[in-house]
Amino acid sequence: MLLSTRDLTKTFPGTRALDAVSFDLKAGEVHALLGENGAGKSTLIKCLTGAYRRDSGDILFEGQPIFPQSTLEAQAIGIGTVYQEVNLLPNLTVAENLTLGHQPRRLGMIRSRAMNAQADEMLSGYGIDIDVRRTLDQYSVAVQQIVAIARAVHLSGRVLILDEPTASLDAREVQMLFDVVRDLRARGLGIIFISHFLDQVFEISDRLTILRNGRHIATCPAAEVDRMQLITLMLGHELQQETATRARPVADGKDAIRFSGVGRRGRIAPFDLTVHKGEVIGMAGLLGSGRTESAEVLFGAAPSDSGTVEDSDGPVDLRNPRAAIAAGFAFAPEDRKTDGIIAELSVRENIILALQARRGWSRPIPQAEQIRMADDYIARLDIRTPDAEKPVGLLSGGNQQKVILARWLATNPRFLILDEPTRGIDVGAHAEILRLIEDVVAQGMSILVISSELDELVAVSHRVIVVRDRQHVSQLTGEDVTTDTIVRAIAAPDLTPEATT
Amino acid sequence: MSIRALPLYATIAIFLLAYLICYIQFPAMLSTRVIGNLLTDNAYLGIVAVGMTIVIISGGIDLSVGSVIAFSGVFIAVVLRDTGIHPLVVFAMLLAITTAFGAAMGGMIYLLAMPPFIVTLAGMFLARGASYMLSIDSVPIADPLYQLMQRAYYVMPGRGRLTLLGMIMIMAVVVGMIVLHRTRFGTNVYALGGGEATARLMGVAVGRTTVAVYAFSGFMAGLSGIVFSVYTSAGYPLATVGVELSAIAAVVIGGTLLTGGSGYMFGTLIGVLTMGLIQTYIVFDGSLSSWWTKIVIGGLLLMFILLQKGLLRLRIHQ
Repeated sequence: MLLSTRDLTKTFPGTRALDAVSFDLKAGEVHALLGENGAGKSTLIKCLTGAYRRDSGDILFEGQPIFPQSTLEAQAIGIGTVYQEVNLLPNLTVAENLTLGHQPRRLGMIRSRAMNAQADEMLSGYGIDIDVRRTLDQYSVAVQQIVAIARAVHLSGRVLILDEPTASLDAREVQMLFDVVRDLRARGLGIIFISHFLDQVFEISDRLTILRNGRHIATCPAAEVDRMQLITLMLGHELQQETATRARPVADGKDAIRFSGVGRRGRIAPFDLTVHKGEVIGMAGLLGSGRTESAEVLFGAAPSDSGTVEDSDGPVDLRNPRAAIAAGFAFAPEDRKTDGIIAELSVRENIILALQARRGWSRPIPQAEQIRMADDYIARLDIRTPDAEKPVGLLSGGNQQKVILARWLATNPRFLILDEPTRGIDVGAHAEILRLIEDVVAQGMSILVISSELDELVAVSHRVIVVRDRQHVSQLTGEDVTTDTIVRAIAAPDLTPEATT
Repeated sequence: MSIRALPLYATIAIFLLAYLICYIQFPAMLSTRVIGNLLTDNAYLGIVAVGMTIVIISGGIDLSVGSVIAFSGVFIAVVLRDTGIHPLVVFAMLLAITTAFGAAMGGMIYLLAMPPFIVTLAGMFLARGASYMLSIDSVPIADPLYQLMQRAYYVMPGRGRLTLLGMIMIMAVVVGMIVLHRTRFGTNVYALGGGEATARLMGVAVGRTTVAVYAFSGFMAGLSGIVFSVYTSAGYPLATVGVELSAIAAVVIGGTLLTGGSGYMFGTLIGVLTMGLIQTYIVFDGSLSSWWTKIVIGGLLLMFILLQKGLLRLRIHQ
């Protein structure tokens, strides 16, 4: 084995990001690492490259235990990494990027000609013919990606980790990159390939390893699984899940919000959606399928460039989030750390934020009212905090999520969009958030829940919309809402019963 | 070469054009005398701008240099007045002090992860205060070496004088060019300006480079202080207020991107000479207020900022 991990464990406050993961990489193979967000892929990679320090377990390089403390040390051992965002300097020349830190010198001065020659040599065999004296930013992302690979291979030369390398490439560029990858495989490198494009995974990989919730789920040759099995393993559930039965919401169309033909070019194909009062709509799909993009169109964060939105009072203005909030919409985004909470502000300040924004800054909410509201929501949502003045950043993930929910509930929206509301929070808080969703729906609020956890979707949703390849491919209602049907719809459209959209 | 070098070409073109305009109006301006004076009068600014160029390309800023020049002058004057130490030894002492001062600021910027603006602003007040501590009044320097240095020049064809001070400036620029364009340190400076996190991932010793960048700027500020004290034969704590801003202006007019990562040392020389040329023109004219210098420099700066924004957009659209 070229590179192995044994019982690798890494814990962050509140979550176990890696739970005794064992993983093997052979020389001369492309090994895909699969899993949804939060499955532990990045954590595993960061432990391998020294960006994180593991809590326990071993990393073996050619059988020898290694303890990389930094990416540079990992590189010196032989493990190179290329990230989605090219980690090179766009303002330097290609040659400078390739040789940075080991430029040929004479008497302390860089020998430009030798440096350029060395860069040319490093790039030979990668099938790109470029002028290494030009600055990197004059070339396409694909070329930059290959330059990054050339640097990584030159400096480490044994293991190459490709973290979502194809995310911003077009089809032709992906082929160009894959040619390079195949060539490196033939040269005996061990390559770890991370991508959420399953077609690409099947095209290039020899073996697959699937992670879920920080645990190793399966490792198998790519030829022995199909898409369906793979998605089942990634999303993780038993196929015989029973159907959730629940009363249909009031669907008389009276208080419905009708989206017709809304979409945004390049992000999500136009779709129709009618949101009834008191309804929970689930949205399922793999990472990058267009789920979040749909939510952003619905909330005006990335405004629709087509279609219309209407309710019983006429057209609804969704040009930007402000307009959407004014129209009674609310959106709790996927990454609460960067898009949701303001860590330095207190629980109270975070809760009143959206309501205050809606009132306008010229009409501040009186302090007493703020305190009353904060205490009310802390009690109602059971937010565990010593008091309302504690900075939100110090709370656990689940409680932070509840604060965001409180923020939006305080505005009393009619349509609430929750993008991955239960990610990275513990089981107890998980159940509480689901119960909360049911509570507010009973009061007549409509909710769109985006989630990778199918059990959760099945448990709370009246309807489930399935998104694939940036399109809304099907809609499952009533009896059809089962984890099984959802997986089938994600995997292939033909298998879906009653594709209604 | 690339569109990256365009601001440099623009700088050179503007300088030549400005010189042409001056020449048409005052043919006497095209003489080695004027050129010699241009170099001598702007020597201290050119030297300090060399350090500033490296700082700005690294993505930083050094506001302390004006005060450091004043401190240098006062320090040299006071030490020469009160002790019998040889001026050359005093120079060495001074350069050691200003270099260490710059290094200390660089260290703070890196270790405390503080914005260079704040740290060097503190440095600016410190150095200015230190010069007042040494003397409140102007201290004249009457050392024989000073008289020798002032009189040292090479007569160019056309009877223009290439003074020692002018030569020191040219040498500083040449050293700056070599350091910036021909050494690993120079490449690291560009790398830092291109993106600190990426530079660190690629193995650049970010801390060491940051310290070296500000130490270099401190050294150049000290050298500039020596040149300024020779130029004025005195040390005065109120001298060179705002020179750091003139230096920044010269660097930007020289085509260096204020956000870091892009620029040329030669451009800075042209930037300094352009600013000097405007001043010379006003002297030749005789009727214009010297404040016109500031107005023209302001206009030039604005133009270069717009040019850089335009280029940035061009590069994105490529």
